[in-house]
Amino acid sequence: MVPTSHYLILGAILFAIGSFGVIFRRNAITMFMCVEIMLNAVNLTLVAYSRSFNQVDGQIFVIFVMVVAAAEAAVGLALIVLLNKRRGTLDVDQIDTMRW
Amino acid sequence: MLESFWILLLFPLAGAAVNGLCGKRLPHKLIGLIACGAVLASFLVAALAFVELTGRAADDRLVTVSLFTWIEAGEFVSRAAFLFDPLSAVMILIVTGVGFLIHVYSIGYMHGEDGYYRYFSYLNLFIFMMSLLVLGDNFLVMFVGWEGVGLCSYLLIGYYFKERFAGDAAKKAFVVNRVGDFAFLLGLFLIFREFGSITYLDAFQSVQSSYPGMETGFGILSLITLLLFIGATGKSAQTPLYVWLPDAMAGPTPVSALIHAATMVTAGVYMIARCSPLYSRAPETLLIVAVVGAATALLAALIAIGQRDIKKVLAYSTVSQLGYMFVACGVGAYAAGIFHLMTHAFFKALLFLGSGSVILAMHHQQNIFKMGGLKKYLPYTWGVMLVATLAIAGVPGLSGFFSKDEILWQAFSSPQGHPLIWALGVAVAGLTAFYMFRMLFLTFHGQERIEMGHHDDSHGEDDHSHHDAKPQEPGWSVRGPLGVLAVLSVLGGLVGLPAWLASTNQLHHFLEPSFHYQFVPEAHGEHSHALEMGLAGVTTLIGLMGIFVAYTAYLRRPHLPEQVSQRLSGLYRLIRQKFLVDEAYDAVIIRPTHWLSKNVLWKVFDDGVIDGAVNGTATVVQIWAQQLRKIQNGYVRSYATWILLGTALLFAYFSYFAA
Repeated sequence: MVPTSHYLILGAILFAIGSFGVIFRRNAITMFMCVEIMLNAVNLTLVAYSRSFNQVDGQIFVIFVMVVAAAEAAVGLALIVLLNKRRGTLDVDQIDTMRW
Repeated sequence: MLESFWILLLFPLAGAAVNGLCGKRLPHKLIGLIACGAVLASFLVAALAFVELTGRAADDRLVTVSLFTWIEAGEFVSRAAFLFDPLSAVMILIVTGVGFLIHVYSIGYMHGEDGYYRYFSYLNLFIFMMSLLVLGDNFLVMFVGWEGVGLCSYLLIGYYFKERFAGDAAKKAFVVNRVGDFAFLLGLFLIFREFGSITYLDAFQSVQSSYPGMETGFGILSLITLLLFIGATGKSAQTPLYVWLPDAMAGPTPVSALIHAATMVTAGVYMIARCSPLYSRAPETLLIVAVVGAATALLAALIAIGQRDIKKVLAYSTVSQLGYMFVACGVGAYAAGIFHLMTHAFFKALLFLGSGSVILAMHHQQNIFKMGGLKKYLPYTWGVMLVATLAIAGVPGLSGFFSKDEILWQAFSSPQGHPLIWALGVAVAGLTAFYMFRMLFLTFHGQERIEMGHHDDSHGEDDHSHHDAKPQEPGWSVRGPLGVLAVLSVLGGLVGLPAWLASTNQLHHFLEPSFHYQFVPEAHGEHSHALEMGLAGVTTLIGLMGIFVAYTAYLRRPHLPEQVSQRLSGLYRLIRQKFLVDEAYDAVIIRPTHWLSKNVLWKVFDDGVIDGAVNGTATVVQIWAQQLRKIQNGYVRSYATWILLGTALLFAYFSYFAA
C-alpha cells in the first residue's frame, strides 16, 4: 500500500506548482487554472488524511471544496470573459485601475 | 379626597400635555378652557382635601402618599411621595387658587397673541411643577419642582423670544438661579450625609434627637441651612441674587403676576418654613437670613422709587416684600412669613394684573410718566389698584396691614429679633407706601400725559383696535379675576388677626402642627398688647406719611420731585441707576468670565489642546497612510505573493512556537 506521506508530498508539490503559477504567470486564465491546481492539491491532502485516520470527514470536506470550486469557476470564467471584452487583454499587470 | 389629594397634580400635567402637543390645531377658546379647567380641578381637589384636613384633630393633620420608589442606591432611597399638612395645604391653595384666577385673566390678556397654546401649556406646566414643590414629602421631590418652576419661568420670560431683550432676560434668570440651585443641591447632599434620609419627617426626627437645643457656633447645621438659604436667595430674588427678577418683567404680565410675584418667588420662603426644624436650631444662619431679608427689603424699596416702568416698580416692590418674608423667617416667625406670603400673593397678583389691564388699555405703554389721569378711562382698574395699593401700603384693616405688622412685631419681640431690624422694616414700610402711591398717582391721577405704545402685533382687527385714542377697560375675563383678588386683598388678613384683636390667630393655630419639630427658644420677658398696638400705630403712621409725601410730591406740587432730584443729584442718580449692581456684576463676574472663556478656554484650550489632539491624530494617520498606500501597486500577482508569504509565516509560527 502506498504510504500517506507520498500523497502528502505529491499534494505539497502540486500546491507549490500552483502557487508559483499564480505568482509568475500573467495570463488570467493560466492563473485561474493554477488556483484550481492548488485547490486540488488540498483536496488530495484531505483525502489522504481521511484514509490514514479512517475517518470520513476529510472526504466530505473535499466534496464541499469541489462544489465551491465549481461555483468559483462559473463566476471566475464569466469575469474573465467580460474582462477580455472590455480591455481586449488578459494580462493582469495591465489591469491596474484600482492602484493608488 | 384627603388620601388621594395627589391626583390634583395630574390635571395641570394633562392640560400642559394636551395644549403643548396638539394645541396648534385646537381653537383658542378650547385651549383656554382646558388650561383653566385643569387648574380649577386642582383647586377644587385641594379645597376638598383642605376641608377634610381641618376636620381632623390638630395632631392628626398629616397625610403622606407614596406612589413609587423613584431612586434606590445603597442606603439612599427616594420615593415619589407627597405630603399634605397644614403648610402644604395653605401653599397649594394659594398656588392653585391664585393660579386659576391668573389663568382666567390670561384668556383676555393673551387674546390674539402668537403661540397662545404654548403660553397656556407652559402656564399649566408651571402649576404642576409648583404643586410638586409644595407637596413633595422629601427634598428631592421638592428639588424637582424647584428646577421645574425655574424652567417654566425661563420659558415664560422668554415668551416673546423674537425680541432680543426677552431672550436675554430669560437666560439671565436661568443662570442666576443656577448659582442658587447649586448651593441648594450641596445642602441637600449634606442633609443626607448628616441625617441619613432626605424625607422631611425622618430628617427632622433625626435632627431633633441629635440637636436638643440650638447649635453653638457655626457648625454643620448652620452650613446646611446657609446653603439652602443661598438656594432661596436665587429663587426668591434676595440680595445678592435678586438681579434677575426685574429683568424677568420681559415676560407677559400675567406671568409676572403668577410666577414672579405670587408663587414661584415665594418658594424660598416656603422652603425655609418647611425646614424650620433645621433653621430654628441654627441661630447663625437665622441672623444672616434676617439681615439679608431686611437689607434686600430696603435696597429694593429704594430702587423702586426711581423706576419709571410700571412693571419694574412692582418687580422691585416684590423683591422688597420678599425681604419682609425672609425677615419673618430669620426671626423664627415662620407662620408670619407664610401669612405675608399669602396676603402678598393676593395684593401683588392684583397689582400686576391691574397693571396688565393698564398696559393693555395703553397698547403696551409701560412708562408711568406717559400715563396720568387714567382714572377717568379705567375707573374699574383704578378701583382695584387702589385697594391693592392700600393693602401693600399697610393701611389698617386691609390684609397687608395685618401680615406686615405681625412680621414687624415678631422682628421686635422675638428672641431672635432685634429693634434694629424692626426699625429697618418700619422704614421700608414708609418707602413702600411712598413708591406705591407714586406709581398710583402717576398712572391714574394728575395731568394726562397719555402716549400710546406701539405694539406692532397680532392683536388684529377685533375688540381693542389701535385707532381709537382713548384707553378702554378690558373684557370680563380680565375684570373678573381683578374683582376676586380685590376682595381677597381686603379680607385676606382676617385669617391672621393679631393678639390685640382676637383671642386666637387662626392661621398660626392652623399651621402649628407643621412646625412641630422646630426648636422654640425661650422668650425673654412678656410683651404687652399695648406695646404691640403702639408699634402697629407707629408703622401705620409712617405708612400714612409715605402716602402723604407721595400725594404732595406727585399731585399737589408736581415740580417738587424735579427740584428734589436736582438738589440730591448724586443720590438720585444712584437710585436711578439701581445702585449700579448690574454694572458691578458685569465688571466683576461677567467680563472676567468672558475674558477667560475667550482668551484661555477658547484660544488656548479649545484651539490648542482639543483641536490639537484631534488634528494631531489625523496627521499621524495621514503620514502613515502616505507610506503604506504604496503597497497597493495594482499588480495582482504581488498581492498573491504577499498572501502566500503571510500564510507561510503563520504556518511557520504555528509549527515552531505554538505547537
